[in-house]
Amino acid sequence: MAASAGRLLRLRAAGAEGPWRRLRGAGMPRGFLQSASACGAAAQRRQVAHFTFQPDAEPVEYGQTQKMNLFQAVTSALDNSLAKDPTAVIFGEDVAFGGVFRCTVGLRDKYGKDRVFNTPLCEQGIVGFGIGIAVTGATAIAEIQFADYIFPAFDQIVNEAAKYRYRSGDLFNCGSLTIRSPWGCVGHGALYHSQSPEAFFAHCPGIKVVVPRSPFQAKGLLLSCIEDKNPCIFFEPKILYRAAVEQVPVEPYNIPLSQAEVIQEGSDVTLVAWGTQVHVIREVAAMAQEKLGVSCEVIDLRTILPWDVDTVCKSVIKTGRLLVSHEAPLTGGFASEISSTVQEECFLNLEAPISRVCGYDTPFPHIFEPFYIPDKWKCYDALRKMINY
Amino acid sequence: MRKMLAAVSRVLSVVAQKPASRVLVASRHFANDATFEIKKCDLHRLEEGPPVTTVLTREDGLKYYRMMQTVRRMELKADQLYKQKIIRGFCHLEACCVGLEAGINPTDHLITAYRAHGFTFTRGLSVREILAELTGRRGGCAKGKGGSMHMYAKNFYGGNGIVGAQVPLGAGIALACKYNGKDEVCLTLYGDGAANQGQIFEAYNMAALWKLPCIFICENNRYGMGTSVERAAASTDYYKRGDFIPGLRVDGMDILCVREATKFAAAYCRSGKGPILMELQTYRYHGHSMSDPGVSYRTREEIQEVRSKSDPIMLLKDRMVNSNLASVEELKEIDVEVRKEIEDAAQFATADPEPPLEELGYHIYCNDPPFEVRGANQWIKFKSIS
Repeated sequence: MAASAGRLLRLRAAGAEGPWRRLRGAGMPRGFLQSASACGAAAQRRQVAHFTFQPDAEPVEYGQTQKMNLFQAVTSALDNSLAKDPTAVIFGEDVAFGGVFRCTVGLRDKYGKDRVFNTPLCEQGIVGFGIGIAVTGATAIAEIQFADYIFPAFDQIVNEAAKYRYRSGDLFNCGSLTIRSPWGCVGHGALYHSQSPEAFFAHCPGIKVVVPRSPFQAKGLLLSCIEDKNPCIFFEPKILYRAAVEQVPVEPYNIPLSQAEVIQEGSDVTLVAWGTQVHVIREVAAMAQEKLGVSCEVIDLRTILPWDVDTVCKSVIKTGRLLVSHEAPLTGGFASEISSTVQEECFLNLEAPISRVCGYDTPFPHIFEPFYIPDKWKCYDALRKMINY
Repeated sequence: MRKMLAAVSRVLSVVAQKPASRVLVASRHFANDATFEIKKCDLHRLEEGPPVTTVLTREDGLKYYRMMQTVRRMELKADQLYKQKIIRGFCHLEACCVGLEAGINPTDHLITAYRAHGFTFTRGLSVREILAELTGRRGGCAKGKGGSMHMYAKNFYGGNGIVGAQVPLGAGIALACKYNGKDEVCLTLYGDGAANQGQIFEAYNMAALWKLPCIFICENNRYGMGTSVERAAASTDYYKRGDFIPGLRVDGMDILCVREATKFAAAYCRSGKGPILMELQTYRYHGHSMSDPGVSYRTREEIQEVRSKSDPIMLLKDRMVNSNLASVEELKEIDVEVRKEIEDAAQFATADPEPPLEELGYHIYCNDPPFEVRGANQWIKFKSIS
């Protein structure tokens, strides 16, 4: 199972960026394409990741830590939840043997088959069922195997889960429901294994949408989602499941929702992203410092809905420039909401138009993926144009 | 004289002149056709089922054998190419397609889920186009933009990634068939995992209500990815799940059984009696997709047993050789030809250039003037034409 999961995600080394950088920086995508199709060695070049995971410093305030990757951090969070809360149940497709991404390994053996169980192939059924469990007060942790498959459940999430408390005047609620789902591009996912649907759910008051950038963040945020008294959707960047490794506390801990984190302070430009893209913009910030002498403030939004308007606006007031980046398509992507709100609040402080570096307005492509994703070069380019505005 | 004939036929077959070698080989007294007994199908709400005997002609037999070998070799080649990282994305591989195709006309319609390579071939596309689509090149059937799960051909509607979603589509195609009045039917395939999706039951209801000429076909290979059918379905009698729709359960490993059942089902639909459900009991040797080794949820012995006892290609071969419809050498020749064809196609698929970058924005909408697709930032734009 390890081998297959590994093959599924195709772990890539962070370092081998040389030839990639040269060709991209020179603006010759076509040349790159032709040589890539020529031989196996060049095909290897194409699989270099578009980001480098940058781990945070080891946290000291939560006790003993252990080296974990993203899926192990998720398993740890779920383990803590099931131990603390006797009503907690985990269900979804293939979760019993550990899940296709190994996020639930060992939990069925530890907690029993009536607490960790498989469902048939029916997303609408899974979420509807989860809402039912949550309404009676038990904690339901549902898994949707890929975020691309969440759409049959869209009606249940938007029309049932999100509106339960509101329409019953606080008599009933399904707050103990958490939906977890692998999210985002993975290098070879094509149309139906790479989507980032957070924008669809951002349009729905009543639910919370959270995206972590690293194992430490994931465990804390997932535990907060499970304990939060509102239905939450927790998107896990699948490309980071194995690629992201850092020290994570063994004991449970919480990271507050609806709070963005300023990862790096700066004075000239604000960069905002979430999930995998945070690592891309961190690199962009380093490049900007080195090549342009520009000091960037990097913010990880963490919670998409309800989002932390104050932190972002305070930062923009300080710097005067904002760049938002995400993999989802540009039109209607969450960057448009951030952009719109920031220009309302901080109009007079803006030195340049707000820049959005996002995926194209096309379905997530099969062969064109390296060109589709907003990599660090596109972000750097946008940043440069903003500085020179 | 006989030895000379055999020698000449060998030479000619090396030069790959099929008609000539067949003429020469035909002089070795092969039967023209043979009658076989096939398994009786389990029936649900049907008085009679497909016949229990069928006639297989030599020509048909050779044709089916060649098609099945091609599909199998093509899938193995795709497996190889994936391991060499020349194919990216997901790759779901497998063999009922030949039997189904034998039971219908080319003007009938077919739609399935992601295990589409075999159907793309039986519906008329060449192996080159299929392999080129897998490697994402412009010679591919979807111009390189779809990949493994999205292949289309005339009267073949794919190739769909979201399982279960293709079944209401199939019902819609059946409605169009009925509306056009051309006596066509639509085969709508799905798997045992997808059989638990809600939209399938919606499609059953609509098809039965409006008597649509839709043949719902459940390819039951006993595992929905890694979950065995007993653990996923309250009722594993998939042919009865249509409830008010009559159904039959067919041995999917026997191509003649599949052919007869399909003919029966197609005749049923064409007579205007409404939809019908077929469950094909089949098996897949490899895992669900390239990332699944296929042995964590079942034993190797099980796979070996099925492969040695019920392999469809082996069954057909035995039948044909035992009733003197073909010789072992002849079938071996077909194997060699097929292998060569696949090699050529793989060559083409690896060497063909990828689609040009401009095509990133094409075919999103259908529009009169081309419009611009916004790119990753405000300075990148792609033209979208249809």
